[in-house]
Amino acid sequence: MRRALALARVLIAFWVTAGGAAAQSYDYPFSDPYVATVVGTPKEYQAELPKQIPIEQHSISIFKDREPPEVFWYDDQLHYSYAVQDGPAPLVFLIAGTGGSYAGEKNRMMARAFYQAGFHVVSLSSPTFMNFIVAASETGVPGHAYQDAEDLYRVMERIWARLKKDVQVTDFYVTGYSLGGFNTAFVTWLDERRKVFRFKKALLINPPVRLYSSISLLDRMTQNIPGGVDNFNRFFERLMKGFSEIYKRSDQLEMGPDTLYRAYKALHLKDEQVAALIGVSFRLSSATLAFTSDVINDFGYIKPKNVHLTKNTSLDVYSRVAHRLGFTDYFHYVFYPYFKAKDPSLTRSGLIEEMSLADMEDYLRGAQKIEVMHNQDDIILQPGEIDFFRRVFGERATIYPKGGHCGNMAYRDNVAHMVGVFKQ
Amino acid sequence: MGKSMEARRAGLLGFIVLLAAVGCSTAPVQEGPVVEPIFPASKVLDPRTHYASEVYDPWEGFNRTIYRFNYRFDRYVFLPAMNVYKAVTPDVAEKGIHNFFRNIVDVSTLINCILQGRPDTAVVTLTRIIWNTTIGLGGLINVASALDVPRPEEDFGQTLGRWGIGAGPYLVLPIVGPSSVRGAIGFGADFLMVTGIRDWAIDLKTWQSMTLTVLQSIDIRAHIPFRYYETGSAFEYDMVRWLYSTKRELDIEK
Repeated sequence: MRRALALARVLIAFWVTAGGAAAQSYDYPFSDPYVATVVGTPKEYQAELPKQIPIEQHSISIFKDREPPEVFWYDDQLHYSYAVQDGPAPLVFLIAGTGGSYAGEKNRMMARAFYQAGFHVVSLSSPTFMNFIVAASETGVPGHAYQDAEDLYRVMERIWARLKKDVQVTDFYVTGYSLGGFNTAFVTWLDERRKVFRFKKALLINPPVRLYSSISLLDRMTQNIPGGVDNFNRFFERLMKGFSEIYKRSDQLEMGPDTLYRAYKALHLKDEQVAALIGVSFRLSSATLAFTSDVINDFGYIKPKNVHLTKNTSLDVYSRVAHRLGFTDYFHYVFYPYFKAKDPSLTRSGLIEEMSLADMEDYLRGAQKIEVMHNQDDIILQPGEIDFFRRVFGERATIYPKGGHCGNMAYRDNVAHMVGVFKQ
Repeated sequence: MGKSMEARRAGLLGFIVLLAAVGCSTAPVQEGPVVEPIFPASKVLDPRTHYASEVYDPWEGFNRTIYRFNYRFDRYVFLPAMNVYKAVTPDVAEKGIHNFFRNIVDVSTLINCILQGRPDTAVVTLTRIIWNTTIGLGGLINVASALDVPRPEEDFGQTLGRWGIGAGPYLVLPIVGPSSVRGAIGFGADFLMVTGIRDWAIDLKTWQSMTLTVLQSIDIRAHIPFRYYETGSAFEYDMVRWLYSTKRELDIEK
């Protein structure tokens, strides 16, 4: 009986899939968006990409005569990487997501994909990555849509000035994932005014709509920690034990979303703990971001004002406090006061609305060069927010049924689409 | 000649004294009236909570100084040497050299297994050594791993841990990196053991032995992906300290 039932189920499944083959051919394996976000794309589902490309790492001074704070002495220059083709070719800039490095897993995957497709590739860190904040942020207060775009544009111009002696470029393109996708929209908008690159196309991959909505969601994810946020340390200890297991085998030691897959496998987590893990990984980013910004501007947020940290200062206590605070704390106690001081007419809700793709909706509606690649079940979007992309971008938005937040980026179809948008 | 040697020695001594002096202070510098921050530790943290990140590090200033030295050594000496080594050595030779050194380390693992009273692990390791030394042509080919013989790693620091000796304060060793007092003693013992075995087995002159040690260090570095100040964390020193200590605890428990 059981067997017959199972057989019937298989047959029905087969019949359904065969019937709806065109609609259902997207077979990215995870339908739980949290698992997708953490696990990403298993190897057998990934696009085939070259293992090695001739990628070079470089550093550049962005602000001459600017000294980093003593405690961050090592971040005096901005790090980036590039891979160039032999002859003339189009060039694509890649922008990493929240707290992401130019050399993070997703950027490296994209670099390989675009390089294989015949593009020169320049990989950039997120404006929220510590090295970028210290070396390339004009204000030292990252997360401002328009200001971050200014910083990124400056960096792109400087890197291009260096490259153009040796590299022949036919057209420029720009793309980024997560916050990097959000940045991409504002950088493209800025380029319409500055006209240095005249980007031929831009692709936003899994961007947030309103930054404040997304950071609120991410902050709340830490509440899934077993026993509540007061057990953060216990949970963290367990995570760190897992991380240290991974650390032995890992090919890099970057603390951020990229570490998640290995952690997930090593720790055998339950579903709600997966959400907590995502929250914690973003907490690692927010802790560094807020503390770095605090130190640069001497706000008195975590570090007392007028206290100068030396190269040898113990950061233990600051680290503990920083990991207890979220992105929204940074928004209310650092970000908003900083921009309010510059423009007294600014209101809190006004600033929240301004840090949003909706703030430039009219531009996005008409910008034929900008396309979107997103997922219906992205966990950094509030319910219904995904419709913004359908409404504003129409045909230019490709929305996959699953994949969570950036989980399906390395999946065959997604990589093909990503490259296809710029190859048109 | 003799004088310059002496001067150099005096210089080195001075350097160490200077390190100790400079390295002492982990306190920040006050540059005006100190105002309580918006989120002071006293409000945010519960003093009764035990923090996972607490690692006994009474010599933090010194350790942080060495950490920076290691970064510079890495950047200007170690990594360039590694790149040259990788560029001039054919991949096959690189692999052979790596296997050769690992085979010698396996011998020290074997000794440590015996010291820890772990016959099972000792037998596995001995099997490895026999395969690799005979069919593997003196260790150049890793036959054992091809045959799925596992590769346990036991060092003298772990042996001391198994004997119930505590880690002692956290210690960043020059060039070597994160360690503890126990780890440092273990490292020294293993180093003597490995070079002793190596030089006894293949009968080396002093300069040859030293060359091999340099080569072995480069080989080890080439297999550690970690790069200083590239984690993107403002708290990298703390994180590395925590990771190292947790990992060592786990290694010893294992």
